[in-house]
Amino acid sequence: MSLALFIEQLLNGVQFGLMLFLMSAGLTLVFGVMGLINLAHGSLYMIGAFFCAAAAAATGSFWLGLVAGLAAAAAAGAIIEITVIRRLYDRDHLDQVLATFALILILSEGVRMIFGPFPLYLNVPDSLRGTIDLGITQYSLYRLTLIGFGIAVAVGLWLLIARTRLGIRIRAGENDREMIAALGVNIRVLYTVVFALGAALAGLAGALVGAIQSVQVGMGEPVLILAFVVIVIGGIGSIKGAMVGALMVGVIDTMGRFLLPRFFATFLEPSQAMGVGAALASMLIYVLMALVLVLRPKGLFPAHA
Amino acid sequence: MKMKATLVSGLVALSFGASAAQADTVTIGMITTLSGGGAGLGVDVRDGFQLALEQAGNADIRLVVEDDAQRPETAVQIAERMIQSERADILTGIIWSNLAMAVVPSVVAQDIFYISPNAGPSPLAGANCHPNYFNAAWQNDTLHEAAGQTANEQGYTNTFIMAPNYPAGTDALNGFKRYYQGELAGELFTQVGQTDYAAEIAQIRASGADSVFIFLPGGMGISFVRQYEQSGVDLPIISAGFSFDQDVLPAMGSAALGVINTGQWSPDLNNDTNIAFVADFQEAYGRLPSIYASQGFDTANLILSALNTAEVSDQDAFRDALRAAEFDSVRGSFAFASNHHPIHRIYVREVVEVDGALTNRIIGTAFEDDYRDIHGENCSM
Repeated sequence: MSLALFIEQLLNGVQFGLMLFLMSAGLTLVFGVMGLINLAHGSLYMIGAFFCAAAAAATGSFWLGLVAGLAAAAAAGAIIEITVIRRLYDRDHLDQVLATFALILILSEGVRMIFGPFPLYLNVPDSLRGTIDLGITQYSLYRLTLIGFGIAVAVGLWLLIARTRLGIRIRAGENDREMIAALGVNIRVLYTVVFALGAALAGLAGALVGAIQSVQVGMGEPVLILAFVVIVIGGIGSIKGAMVGALMVGVIDTMGRFLLPRFFATFLEPSQAMGVGAALASMLIYVLMALVLVLRPKGLFPAHA
Repeated sequence: MKMKATLVSGLVALSFGASAAQADTVTIGMITTLSGGGAGLGVDVRDGFQLALEQAGNADIRLVVEDDAQRPETAVQIAERMIQSERADILTGIIWSNLAMAVVPSVVAQDIFYISPNAGPSPLAGANCHPNYFNAAWQNDTLHEAAGQTANEQGYTNTFIMAPNYPAGTDALNGFKRYYQGELAGELFTQVGQTDYAAEIAQIRASGADSVFIFLPGGMGISFVRQYEQSGVDLPIISAGFSFDQDVLPAMGSAALGVINTGQWSPDLNNDTNIAFVADFQEAYGRLPSIYASQGFDTANLILSALNTAEVSDQDAFRDALRAAEFDSVRGSFAFASNHHPIHRIYVREVVEVDGALTNRIIGTAFEDDYRDIHGENCSM
């Protein structure tokens, strides 16, 4: 195994982790501020990708598509919050899970009715095609851009929460809902804004990743499961935890898929090693989650410590 | 996700209560994938199947379609429901081999016929073959064996091979290796439904391979090909037709151009049945048919041909009628081997652009008309 391959895999892991962060940030924010479990978060990811693909096909510009995907996901988020989610804040988590699971079915079927059952075409913008020479290894320019996007959003989110009035209200909402309502903050509007922000982040991730993956109905569900793993590891409600958890999951998953079959190949037959390695690699992040739950039941960075 | 569509052909719907008419009605239950990343495959099988039924205009056939969402447990439940409450005589439709392995053995054991329009896992062609199980598409290994053969002809000597970790993926790699004579630069199993292939592409880059063989049906193939194009790895891809057919080509775009793949069918196949099928399918659905649509069409015509000569209630006669396979296949020639899997020709195809749309055209033949799968040797029928 060469250093170049190792570095490339590390970059792949970081890129994967940062895209997971975009997904889990919204999920954890919504849970932290509103105490809501939103299973339909993956559907917002799908909406972002589909509207990006449709707008990019219509205008010929990926960047316009990206804006459209972001806007569509944010708008869908706001509409969903106002029509459905708002009624769920006082209910217990089981009701929330049931209602948001219903939303998954409705949104998936809706997207299929609008866009059809076949995957859509969405390609990387011309300016970001091909690879860039990093000295030790060639790396996809688009994946490098995804890393840049991920870092920029993380910094932006930190500035928003730590430095702005809205951020103060979000943090206050996490700590004591009744009190900030009593202080005259319009909690309804705040909730809608936070939910739309989370939806926009999911839509952004969907649109960005859609360009190198299949834009298809149900594309959000596998990512949603990973995003839940991330926020359980990171500590539910914590943005910092989501960042650390996402990077851990991204890097460990990528490295596991790459290294485990090689490890088993040192003492097993190649085809057997490949089977065992692949099977174990797909379990690795869940093993990690179980370990974290045993050692730190509230996650690495519990929001309400 | 739970979509149920019931198509009642002819006027059967009006004949409730008329017990004589009910008794003569044949119910075909179709369990297929209509949602998620594999939806394109199931939709095409269904549409091809329905096209054949509509053309036949047989008013005694009732088709019940349900979505398995690519989940084995759902498929098992639907199969039970179709047998118990819909009183299905024949089941068909399953796309994925892991679902077929969960459903088919128990279905055929209950004296129901199962005619596969797609999945052909090796156990069902070999040791676990069954008189009531027929496969109208192919045995899983077939197209991959043809790809291995084609890799030899292309002069590839160091191929990197990759497939998802499920029964059809294992069959794919085994099939390829059975005919391929060169060295393997690497061998990988990925997850079913995996969407990111960066880790795999990095290993392909580092492996020193001269070519890549993949079996990644549905959305998996789209994701891989898009990411492969962006990775700067420029090795030729060879594959079975599943990963490069009409269900995914529009979404792959130019990245798929020139890929060599194998298939028992191609849209440009020059026989009267196929020319009519391609034209009729385009007229009915407004898109080009895929290899899956052709299989759905063949499956329906096989069933129709058997129903013309035998009652499904007379199981032995119906089985013989199926075995005779007296229908016009879009493949040109079609016959059943003793294990109820097809004997047919396998073509080599290339992805080309025709009038702005990506499609396949035949560039050669991998196996001649007498090809049959290797697993039949282990079948006691």
